[in-house]
Amino acid sequence: MDRSQGRAARPGAVAATETGGASHRGLQLEEPLLFEQDSPGRSGVDFPAAPKAADRLGGLRRKGVVGLPGLSEPQVIRHFTRLSQKNYSIDAGLYPLGSCTMKHNPRLNEKLARHPGFAELHPLQPMSTVQGALALMDELARWLKTLTGMPAVALSPAAGAHGELCGLVAIRAALEARGESRKRVLVPESAHGTNPATAAACGFSVQSIPADSRGRVDLGALRAMLGPDVAALMLTNPNTCGLFENEVVEIAKAVHDVGAFFYCDGANFNAIVGRVRPADFGIDAMHINLHKTFSTPHGGGGPGSGPVVLSAALAPFAPLPYVVHGPDGFRLVEMAEGAAKSFGRLKGFHGQMGMFVRALAYMMSHGRDGLYEAAGDAVLNANYLLARLKGHLTPAFDGPCMHEALFDDRFLKDTGVSTLDFAKAMIDYGYHPMTMYFPLVVHGALLMEPTESENRDSLDRFIAAMRELAARARAGDAAFFHEAPTLAPRRRLDETRAARQPVLRWRPPTARRAAE
Amino acid sequence: MSDIKFTEDHEWIGLDGDIATIGITDYAQQQLGDVVFVELPQAGRKVTKGGDAAVVESVKAASEVYAPVDGEVTEANAALSDNPALVNSAPMGEGWFFKIRVADKKQVAALMTEAAYQTFIAGLK
Repeated sequence: MDRSQGRAARPGAVAATETGGASHRGLQLEEPLLFEQDSPGRSGVDFPAAPKAADRLGGLRRKGVVGLPGLSEPQVIRHFTRLSQKNYSIDAGLYPLGSCTMKHNPRLNEKLARHPGFAELHPLQPMSTVQGALALMDELARWLKTLTGMPAVALSPAAGAHGELCGLVAIRAALEARGESRKRVLVPESAHGTNPATAAACGFSVQSIPADSRGRVDLGALRAMLGPDVAALMLTNPNTCGLFENEVVEIAKAVHDVGAFFYCDGANFNAIVGRVRPADFGIDAMHINLHKTFSTPHGGGGPGSGPVVLSAALAPFAPLPYVVHGPDGFRLVEMAEGAAKSFGRLKGFHGQMGMFVRALAYMMSHGRDGLYEAAGDAVLNANYLLARLKGHLTPAFDGPCMHEALFDDRFLKDTGVSTLDFAKAMIDYGYHPMTMYFPLVVHGALLMEPTESENRDSLDRFIAAMRELAARARAGDAAFFHEAPTLAPRRRLDETRAARQPVLRWRPPTARRAAE
Repeated sequence: MSDIKFTEDHEWIGLDGDIATIGITDYAQQQLGDVVFVELPQAGRKVTKGGDAAVVESVKAASEVYAPVDGEVTEANAALSDNPALVNSAPMGEGWFFKIRVADKKQVAALMTEAAYQTFIAGLK
């Protein structure tokens, strides 16, 4: 209902021009900002006029107008509904970005996370009233330790990169306890960018390990770089080329032989969960992105979750707080006890409860055999893509791959079409583009992760689209690729200008004119 | 700066007396695409051969720029802060990154000649 009779939301505001409604084409709705839809006097609620009161704010009194737009309730609902319809998501169709962005979120997880007994808890409630939540955290920790084979886990890190920070701070604490100040961290050149960033944030200098021709760590080069000043190796397995580092046990031994720690980036744990225990690699720490492996939303409307499993050598330095079980039930340990030399807290409370509920729901509803099967399906789907696109696109490395199929841009050579053009053309074919130009070690990389959620029909449709696009590029239809996307509400955005001259704040048209 | 040398990491270095000017090659800027940001070292900073010296960021990727030889930074190209596009339009000229006082000129002499660099990048394509 349009309550034009209510108190003006913005008294004295200048009448704005009507921007909504005129620019709809084929039900593709152009969506102006709420501020651009402002209509003075319009309001969703009918407040009584404020009573007369003495002004005691002094110099803090607001002098200008607040500037909130006048809007009715249906206007606001339509605005956000339209925006949500523009969002391409895993609920709308396949996207080859895979679990890096988000994989399917089973609705059972969501149902359980909304249970008032979990959803309405406050982190400062007395422990006697949250025994169920603490039991859930303890059970989640048990699953993570069992699946990785590791003796300890820190649940509080709020994301994968936060988990990396947790692991490296624990390593630094362990080195300090040994009286050592090792300065170097080794990172493969194909690593996620967060790895060197985390090491640098912890005060280490970063050295890049070259890859061999098989897309894996060059063990000889690694051995040559190891020495008494190396604090840690950070390695992703399966790696960012979608390949299993099959010399990982020798790598771990070489790292431990010089007294360094082995940090494993567990971003790609989805490919091996239930089949391989990272403890058997010889790792000292590994973060687990709950959204990638255990189907939680990515971020989920709050912080995400990146628990870190720790070896016996690092466990005493684990962050606070953590859950223990005693004769009086479960207890959250908030101060270091006994032999533990915790490095302290990573965040205010104990971690993201909503993500814990969802991840444990996923684990328990799948069971160990179900997780084993999901990892197998993720790898099978990626290999199916690799096998059926070989000969159309150019695989960067010989298969079999793990959960990601990686192609380079040799198939586009001399066509005048770049990886970026190819990705934009995918939009016109109804597919969100895959990860591109990463990993950097592969020229014009196209990295596709179908995940375990897609069935064969869905993969076949995607494969047919990719083959048709590749054929079109080879047939000399470069103009089509350079124009693409033609069917999206927005064509090519000027990414360069957006990066060089970002506009980070909306200003009303009058202020904008004054500023120019 | 008649004698320009090159590295396998796609930096170029031109020596004038003790002072060398360093930038990235035309091949490197082509591979990066539109450059949107450059982080430069401050004057006085010591750099070592193969160590990080600057960062170049494009719409596609962020990359380290390594010091081709040992030395001490004498000047950074302030023009790049306002106009990083110079790296694309004139990588070997106005788009230079920084200058250093070279510690050992023999390190410069040991780098690739232009002909050797052209052969090297032909092998990458």
